[in-house]
Amino acid sequence: MMGEKQDPKTAEPETTGHVWDGIREYNNPMPRWWLWTLYATIVWGIGYMILYPAWPLVSQATPGLLGYSSRGELAHTLEEFNERNAPLDAALVTAELADVHADANLMEYALRGGAAVYQAHCSQCHGSGGNGAVGYPNLLDDDWLWGGSLEDIRYTVVHGIRNDADEGARFSQMPAYGEFMEDEQIDGVVHYVLSLSGQDHDPYALSLGAIVYAENCVSCHGEDGRGNQAEGAPNLTDPIWLYGGSEDAIRESVAYSRHGVMPNWNTRLTEAQIRQVAIYVHQLGGGE
Amino acid sequence: MNTAETEPPRLYAPREPIFPRRVAGMFRTVKWWLLGILLGIYYIVPWIRWDRGDALPDQAVLVDLAHRRFFFFWIEIWPHEFYFVGALLIMAGLGLFLFTSVFGRVWCGYACPQTIWTDLFILVERWIEGDRNRRIKLWKSPMTVTKARLRVTKWAVWLLISVATGGAWIFYFADAPTLLVNFATLQAHPIAYSTVGILTATTFVLGGFMREQVCTYMCPWPRIQAAMMDENSLTVAYRSWRGEPRGKHRKAHGSSDLGDCIDCNACVAVCPVGIDIRDGHQVECIGCALCIDACDDVMTRIGKPRGLIDYMTLVDENLQTTQSTMKDLIRRLFRLRVILYTLLWCGLGVAILVALLNRPEIEFSIAPIRSPLYVTMSDGSIRNSYIVRVQNRNGEARQFRIGLAGETALTIRVEGVDNLTTTIPADRTGIKRVHVTAPAGSDAATAGQLDIDMVVEDTTTAASAIKSTSFHGAGS
Repeated sequence: MMGEKQDPKTAEPETTGHVWDGIREYNNPMPRWWLWTLYATIVWGIGYMILYPAWPLVSQATPGLLGYSSRGELAHTLEEFNERNAPLDAALVTAELADVHADANLMEYALRGGAAVYQAHCSQCHGSGGNGAVGYPNLLDDDWLWGGSLEDIRYTVVHGIRNDADEGARFSQMPAYGEFMEDEQIDGVVHYVLSLSGQDHDPYALSLGAIVYAENCVSCHGEDGRGNQAEGAPNLTDPIWLYGGSEDAIRESVAYSRHGVMPNWNTRLTEAQIRQVAIYVHQLGGGE
Repeated sequence: MNTAETEPPRLYAPREPIFPRRVAGMFRTVKWWLLGILLGIYYIVPWIRWDRGDALPDQAVLVDLAHRRFFFFWIEIWPHEFYFVGALLIMAGLGLFLFTSVFGRVWCGYACPQTIWTDLFILVERWIEGDRNRRIKLWKSPMTVTKARLRVTKWAVWLLISVATGGAWIFYFADAPTLLVNFATLQAHPIAYSTVGILTATTFVLGGFMREQVCTYMCPWPRIQAAMMDENSLTVAYRSWRGEPRGKHRKAHGSSDLGDCIDCNACVAVCPVGIDIRDGHQVECIGCALCIDACDDVMTRIGKPRGLIDYMTLVDENLQTTQSTMKDLIRRLFRLRVILYTLLWCGLGVAILVALLNRPEIEFSIAPIRSPLYVTMSDGSIRNSYIVRVQNRNGEARQFRIGLAGETALTIRVEGVDNLTTTIPADRTGIKRVHVTAPAGSDAATAGQLDIDMVVEDTTTAASAIKSTSFHGAGS
């Protein structure tokens, strides 16, 4: 049925008239449906070029009449999403943080949102599970440098620690004692600190260490070495060490001092997001 | 040159219209009863109510796609238990295999929706346009007002049945009374309307116009079931050794020369797929047995034994032809494949029942948090955290208590609650963060991995379930 076209008189195959080196070209046209499909795709293509971004120019492509862009579509989706969650955000911002857990729906919203904020902005330093690293506090345990209540955590997230950008940033600065202390004094206080947390230490260095500690460290770390959350001074008696609890690590901390920095998030996250992540971190296990 | 020779062959054969005649008899009666029962089940089941408490739907049979629940009277299936539905489908398949290997195309002839609705549509057709002869006459007559009126009436009734068919389907997926009101007031979801629309169209077209073409050309099942049938399966067949040579004019020929078949064509007239069963086995035959009823009626009237057309196996058909003795039908039917299908079907059924009856009263899962494996607390104790998911399958909110099994030095805490008891809303899975702590210096705190058991107790019924998980000490 779909053979070559024939001349009705001679029953010879119809040719296009093209002959080259004795070879004739038969006239085998495309089926009509095929041809119409081709025309349809051409029309479609022209329409597409007019309506959608198509021709690449120097800085960007022709915008198209519909003004479509995939970025614009994403922005629109995000806007819709934010609009839908606006009532929940408003409720979260006005609520007392401690009362949020009583509202199961709001709490679930805060936890899911907080987990997303945490993974996007916090996990780089504090770890995906919140267990931190050397120099980056573990958020799972019950030892907090600046306090572990919901309000304390929220304040830390808002203002950050020791950054120059926010005047409200939490600030403490332990001096680098290596600059003005004898090695013997540093040795003594290191062993005194080791003794505070019940680790192996040199008992002969203790008497000197106790004097050095009393003169230099007590004001922040306290007589019993339990630290002070108002000053951001770590508890020296527990087995949790931000920069390591070995003799060498403690000596380095005393001699050179450590000043970890956390950015303020109030310029990057909304108040609702900050509250979400505060609630999320608080329920990881260490919240006070 | 003749134009007929050069004209390409037609690409399809046009349908020969079929006008099945009314028939009465044993098999027709069985089929009417089956039609009533099956349609009744289909239309009525969504309207049966079943109380499950305030939070759960009170529809006895409901496929709740939105909440991913399947309700069947007292059984509620959650998505992770879909294997029950899977096993039921396999049982349905095996059941079809079994019935096919014993009774041949009994599904096609008696229970298939295509057959049921076609039967119903033919019944409507007969009520409105009359029996076979009048329908043929009407078909051949030119279009008149009467013919148009009859046809429109017939189509209208078909359409009503079709709408009811499509309509009943959606009630299995939402609360039927609510949906009916919403549907009528144009407030139902567009999917409800499109579903009803599609099913109305398919019922109307397949039952009213396509009919036997669905079975012959569209349906894969007749081709597949050929693999389940063998020479011992029941089929509808004509006893040609008894009927032939057939003849109408018995006096002229002398009846002793003729077989029992009087060539009255009753078997052809009643056939819904338009074949002559006396031509032998044919792919179109759906095994509906209406020709048996028709022939038995004629045989009774002319004083011959019934069964010129009858259910028989291929083996027996051949044996009879040579006048050999036959085995009992019952012994034909019990053969290895039948026994195998039966055993498989029963085995699966028992397995489902056992699994269903032994479903744990409380289901929960423990996912240990592995980042990090453990946390050192300020007092030196070692803590592991777990995500515990507890399913509340009840129609009301319940309190569940999460604890550790046995005597242990470990302590447990559920995040966000002061005691270990947590409330989970009805028909929901509660996700709880649970902390297990080993005291500083204890064996568990210093060891590597340790097996521990967690218990979840429904405080209302005191039913409890236990599951094992691992505790990682500082040695790990």
